[in-house]
This record gives sequence, structure tokens and C-alpha cells, in this order.
Amino acid sequence: MKVRDMTELAVRNLRESMLRNSLTTLGVAVGVASLVAMLSLGVGLQELASKRLSRSGLFDAVFVTTQGNFREFGRSRPRTAASGDPRVLDDDARRDLAHLPGVTEVYPDVRFSTEVRYQGTPYATMVAGVPMSGLASGAFDGMQGKFFSSAGADEAILQIEFAREITPQTETLVGKDLELRYAERQALPAESDPSLSAGTPESKKTEKPAAAPGGRTSGEAAAGAREDEGSALGGGFSIVPRQKMLRIVGVVDSEPAAGFGGIGRGRVFIPLQVAEALRATQANDLRDALRGRSGKPSYLSLTVRVDGPSKVKDVEAAIKEMGFATFSLLDATKNIRLVFAVFDVLLGIFGSLALVVSSLGIINTLVMAILDRRREIGVLKALGAADGDIQKLFFVEAGAMGFLGGLLGVVFGWLIGRALTFALNVYLHKQELPGIDVTSVPWWLAAGAIAFAVLVSLIAGLYPASRAAKLNPVEALRYE
Amino acid sequence: MGTTQVRAVDEVTLSANAGEILAILGASGSGKSTLLNLMAGLDRPTSGAIFAQGKNLATMNSQELARHRSSTVGMVFQSFQLLPRMTLEENVELPLRLAEVERAERNQRVREALDRVHLTARLTHRPTEMSGGEQQRAALARALVNRPMILLADEPTGNLDSVTGEEIMHLLKEINETLGMTIIIVTHERPMAERFAHRLALMGDGKLMSDGQTR
Repeated sequence: MKVRDMTELAVRNLRESMLRNSLTTLGVAVGVASLVAMLSLGVGLQELASKRLSRSGLFDAVFVTTQGNFREFGRSRPRTAASGDPRVLDDDARRDLAHLPGVTEVYPDVRFSTEVRYQGTPYATMVAGVPMSGLASGAFDGMQGKFFSSAGADEAILQIEFAREITPQTETLVGKDLELRYAERQALPAESDPSLSAGTPESKKTEKPAAAPGGRTSGEAAAGAREDEGSALGGGFSIVPRQKMLRIVGVVDSEPAAGFGGIGRGRVFIPLQVAEALRATQANDLRDALRGRSGKPSYLSLTVRVDGPSKVKDVEAAIKEMGFATFSLLDATKNIRLVFAVFDVLLGIFGSLALVVSSLGIINTLVMAILDRRREIGVLKALGAADGDIQKLFFVEAGAMGFLGGLLGVVFGWLIGRALTFALNVYLHKQELPGIDVTSVPWWLAAGAIAFAVLVSLIAGLYPASRAAKLNPVEALRYE
Repeated sequence: MGTTQVRAVDEVTLSANAGEILAILGASGSGKSTLLNLMAGLDRPTSGAIFAQGKNLATMNSQELARHRSSTVGMVFQSFQLLPRMTLEENVELPLRLAEVERAERNQRVREALDRVHLTARLTHRPTEMSGGEQQRAALARALVNRPMILLADEPTGNLDSVTGEEIMHLLKEINETLGMTIIIVTHERPMAERFAHRLALMGDGKLMSDGQTR
């Protein structure tokens, strides 16, 4: 029999016992739906995790410091500079880093402890510069208000805990003005005596919290100072108190972590460009002054953003070659894929169980159909149908139930996934958290689920089909 | 059942000549239907040989037997055996589907077969909506549609009243005369067989009792 005739007959047969076949097909659909829902959750969570991780900037960033800042990383390798001093992380270095292949952005970590005034009340806080790319990190998702309007805007975003210190109704802060008071660093000519005006109360206050990111930093600075003892000190700097009005444009829940440079206790965020222009006194200024380098401002650290996690290794090697210490996280996305592969297999096994159970339904339906259609099988054989034709007919029927069930199951599974996401987002919304999409049905999952359903159905059809084919036509025709 | 062998057909030597109507007579259980099923290739003999157009059915594989049923013989049954879910037209078309006849040709072949049995109305009706006579004529058309050489009829009038049965027998005679088709009829109605068949074979207990011309 030709495929088209076979299919027509099979569809006719399926339509005939509509209720029974629909229920069987529904059984397959439920099986496939459970499989698809399970796997879509696995895939969705994996996508969510990798997206979050890549957006977090943790895996496409290299954290660059002068050698010696990290005991573990710096000490293990010989210093490249002939003088024994590590290469300074200054503007030249920043330019060089930006020119490395694969580097998309280089920005310093600008943060300083200072005082802000809101409606005349002073608050001691930590100000951090945020690059415009920080928006893409996802850290500002779901914030109250808006992100900075431009890189040079005199605007501020408050961390919610700090905002709550000002007023419990944090949303009322958006649009208000904030007065930033800070100490500007002004370089003194090299020959002038380093007056170390850093002894002013402001700068003392500056140093204390800034040292916190690693007790090491201050320790290193102190050690460096001791090493340099006796050598002629270069220029110095003076501290000039300044103030600047900023408009509060938003309040953010989470702590932005744009690369390692961003990890830490920022309470007031301002555009990085604005922060740099302030030339506010930072922790490393003191060390630089002691080391006699204050003529040329240097950076405590620079964050190098790379075009994708895979390029981190090469860029990191190139930066080390330049004589800096680097730090980056390994490409964790690889491990995450592995973890999720195991997770998906487990989910897939649980999901498949329902499909296996529904395949028993197919076997049952088709065996019942043989009893039902005994006479018809006999007639077909008497009219010239070969055993193979009968077998194929049952196969096609099993396959058709599998295909329809698979199709329906993918739709059900997708709907279950949507419902899951919806329910989760209702919950997240109640917790005032931004919504997320936890399930995903990519085309390969849909196609694979349908193919799997057809395969399982065909296997389920093996026994009924061969039994139908072996039916003795003489007995079958006698059957009433 | 068990290991007891029942010899339904035993030591029967019978041949039908091309173009004749052969009636196989016998009481129920005499083995006449089994003999017909063997000729149709629906059953296999445990020993012996059955030749149709020079080929031995006993040595054919199931595929070859299927081809024999499809193209060499056409079958008509006592209980019509039309598929209840198909229309009259679809029932008649079924052997064409199984024989993989081109779709374009099928319609014409179906009309031709239905013309032969004088059934041209109610083509889209289902078997349950038709009378017994109409159903048997449809079954006859289905047996003819693949243009077989031999028509095998198992009690074709058994489920019909005498008038309708007579009509069917006239139709068989007509087909035999116009197409020159060999027709083998299994029946227990001796008077009817004597009137329409060229030759009578009498079966009893699986054995051939007599074989001879009717007139």
C-alpha cells in the first residue's frame, strides 16, 4: 500500500474510535507536556543563570592592579620593572590597556568616603562611580526612578539602605537634590615640601573605610612606604574641600557589581565620568604621595571589560605581560553548563516517566483496536493486504497518535511553563522583586519532544502491529 | 485443540476449467469453505498442492499469497464483509488501494465494477444503509474491481432471501458469460447450484464425494 493510502486509512481508523484514541493521544500529550515542562524549566533556569552571570560582568572582566596589591598573585611572579618598582597604573597604562585586542572598556574604580547633605542634614557615606555600561549588568533592573541620563550628568542613584536612612519613603527622594561634599586633590609641584595635608580630618576619614576592601591595600602601602624610606620624596598634594549639587534620579535595591571594581560598599552612585572629574581624594593618593609619584595621578585599580568570557584568558595574559597584576574569575559558564546538563538529564528522566506510562496506553489502545478490528483486518487480508501492510497500518496509527500527542504536549508543556513563570512573577512582584522568565522552550526542545513521542509510540506499536499482522485471516473473517 | 489434527480437507483432487462455473456443494462442516480458503490463499495446506495459473500456492510466501489474493482471485462472502465505516465507493476502491493502482485510474475502475453489478446509485452510502442484495452486489463489485481471473464465492446467497439470492446468481452468470471469468461457488443450496453451475463437486467429511457436469 502506498504511504498516502496508508495514512488515509490510519487517520480514518483513528477518527472512528474518536473517544478512545483521543484519550490515548491525550495521555501521550500529558507525558510529553511533563517532559517539556521539566526540560523547559531546566533550559530556562540555565539561560537565566548564564544571562545573569554574563551580564553581571563577573566573567568578562579582568581586574588590574599594580603588582604587589595582591599578595597571592603579585608575589609569585618576578617584577618586570628594572627598578624593582611595579609599573604604575596611570593614564598611559589605561590607554595601553584599552588598545589591547578584545578589550571593550577600561574604567577605574573610583570610590571615596565622604559626606553628603540632604536638606541640610549631613550623612557620611561612600560614593562610587558607575560606568554607563553598568546599566547592562542587570544590577539596576527594577530600580525606582531611572538610570543616569548621560555619562556627564550631575545625577546620583542611592542604594536603598542609604536612602532609608534619609527617609523610609524612598521613592519620594527621586528628583530631589543632594549636596555632595568632598575633598579635591590638587597636586603640588614636585619640589615643594610634601606637607602631607592629608592629615586633615577629611582625608583621614577617607582612608579608613577605603582600606577595608582588603586590609592588604593599606598594609602594602605601609610596606611600600617603609621600603622607600630614605629615598627622596617627589611631589605632594593638597586637599581642597568642594561641594557639588547632584539630582537623585533613582534608588536601587541591589548592590551593583559591575566587575570586581564595583564590588563593595557604594551607597551613592554617580556617573563614572563625573566621579573622575571630581578628582576626589582616594585611598591610593596617600601611598602615591609617599612613593613620590603624586605628580601623575595613578589608579588603585582598573577594570578591563572584555568582549566575551572566552577572551578573558588571552587579555589577562597580555596584561600580565605589561607588568600588572590581574585577577579574573574562570569562565564559570562552562561549569554551569555542565551542572545544568546533569540537571536536565534528571529532569528529563522524571519527565519521560510520564511518557513511558502513556506509551502503555498506546499499547493498550492498539491491542484493543486489534480485537475491535479483527474482521476488518481479515477483510483487508482477503482483499490482498500483505502482513506488512497491516503492520505498517498499525505503526502509522501509533505514530500518528504519538505525533499528535507530541504536538499537543509541547503546547501544554509550554503553557505549564508560562503558568509557572506567571505564578513565580506574581510572587516576585509581591516581594517587590523584578520579574524573571524561568522557563524556555527552544525549537530543538519542541522538535525533540515530538520526535521522542513518535519514537516511543512506534516502540509501543511494535507488539500490537506484529500481532495484527500475524492474525489468521480465516479466523478473523469468521469473527463477529 | 490440543494435538489432535482435524483433516478439514483430505485427499481432494479438483480442478476448475477456465471460464466455467464450478459449484462445491456440501453440508456444513464438510470442508467446502476450507477448500475455498485454500484456493483463495487465505489458508495454507499442511500437505499437497494448489495450482493457480501454473503457480503452486502451497509453496508461496505470505507476500506472494497476498499478491495472489489481490490480483488472481476475487472473493465474495456470505456476510458480505463490507467495511461498515466506508461508503460504498470506498469499499469498492479498497482492493485498488491495496494493489497500489494509480489514483487517477481508480475512479474509472470503481465505476466500471459498479456498472457490472448494476449498482450506480447510493455510492456515498454506508453498507448499513443498504439492503442485503445491494450489499452483496457491492461486495461483488469489490471482488471484480481488480479484474481477477477467478471469482471465489463463499455462500453468496446464504444471507439473502430467495428472490435476492436469485438476482445475485443471475449476476454471477452474467459476469461469467460477459467476462469469461472462472467462478467457484461454495453453497449448500443444491437446486440453485444445479440451475446456475456448469459443474458440481460434492464434499462430505473433507473428502470429495462426486464431481460432474450438471446438464
